[in-house]
Amino acid sequence: MEWTDEGIVLSARKHGESSAIAQLLTGHRGRHAGLVRGGAGRRIRGVLQPGNQVSASWRARLAEHLGILTVEPMRARAANFLSDSDRLAGLSAACAVAEVVLPERQPHRGTYEGMMTLLDEIERSESWPLVYVRWEAGLLAELGFGLDLGSCARTGAETGLAYVSPRSGRAVGAAAAGEYRDRLLPLPAFLVADGRGAGRALPATLGDLRDAAADGLALTGHFLARHVLGDRGGALPPARARLVERFSRRNTIPSDISVR
Amino acid sequence: MRDGHIERLIQLLARLPGLGPRSARRAALHLVKRRDTLLEPLARALNAVADAVRPCSTCGNLDAVDPCGVCVDGRRDPSRICVVEEVADLWALERAGVFRGRYQVLGGTLSALDGIGPEDLNIASLIARARKPEVREIILALNATVDGQTTTHYIHDCLAACDVDVSQLAHGVPVGGELDYLDDGTIGAALKSRRRM
Repeated sequence: MEWTDEGIVLSARKHGESSAIAQLLTGHRGRHAGLVRGGAGRRIRGVLQPGNQVSASWRARLAEHLGILTVEPMRARAANFLSDSDRLAGLSAACAVAEVVLPERQPHRGTYEGMMTLLDEIERSESWPLVYVRWEAGLLAELGFGLDLGSCARTGAETGLAYVSPRSGRAVGAAAAGEYRDRLLPLPAFLVADGRGAGRALPATLGDLRDAAADGLALTGHFLARHVLGDRGGALPPARARLVERFSRRNTIPSDISVR
Repeated sequence: MRDGHIERLIQLLARLPGLGPRSARRAALHLVKRRDTLLEPLARALNAVADAVRPCSTCGNLDAVDPCGVCVDGRRDPSRICVVEEVADLWALERAGVFRGRYQVLGGTLSALDGIGPEDLNIASLIARARKPEVREIILALNATVDGQTTTHYIHDCLAACDVDVSQLAHGVPVGGELDYLDDGTIGAALKSRRRM
């Protein structure tokens, strides 16, 4: 058994004295693990940092074996994030979530391409937290638990959507929420605008952006934990919890800084 | 046929970093053949280390006394604390002889993969030390890896309430390094960390 593919390093754990077991999100084979000989050594350790893009070759006698991975660096993304705490938290959270949530060896081309876009956005855009939330919403959809944010579950209205039902994942209008308001999850406006080309709901300031991202993370986190990880008895990874915590600190960010 | 004692020695030696079963057998044989000059002194040294060496209750360094030699050395600058991941990193800095302050050994880095959270590291004691009036600067000397830098940023956040300067080691071209042989990430980090001349 043998294949070659492009992949994003999700994690690498030291195995034995000099090897590592790496988890990759590959373009055509989904999340895939393999033993990297020398992976804990000085030469390859840098390549196996989460978020790095690699060309990977996998080889094993039988398909069910762990197999041997050889990796060649294609793009060292991790180094670009090391000095920025928010972006590093975003990168770590994305890699950790993909590792925990995606089933092994099942192709998820959409998630892979979404993650490439996400990493590009984390690298160059101030509004990357919104892209992160959209990526997690896309992850839910790819796994069969997509949110239905097109119209109000109660009235069918397509405007004024402000909440999401924590049970069904369907949007609820502000007017229709009524006495259930406190039990519903806030729906950040940027998720509603998504896909309609309106772009009207993008936050204007960095403070608003962080608030919207915090609401979005609470929304996707609820459904990832409930639908995807709940059945497996798992929990969202600590790296994601740290990202949520960063965006929950609303008072530390000046609210009048404009988003680039 | 090997004696049970020797077999046990080989098994234990094989657990050491850098040694496999074959090299452990060679080392065991070498020790047994040099009983007076190597085996017995080594056994005494191992006993002494096992009896005396303990982690320092102040910084986490390993020493036969507590607080350790670095913590009680009056010639060292008490206003600077260098935070390192492991004792091996402390030894590396001491070998270089470029830092004359004190240390804090974290005992690892935050790692979701290995289940290491903030409570598993010596972060609380670092914050307690940073609150002391004589401490003016905390130097975060953690590895330039995703886990290392995640820990760096976490500690930086934790120290926000303390009245200390927080700095971290530079990332970039190593001394003797040639650009042609450096990986993209290192070149990128070096360019980002460039300084005005």
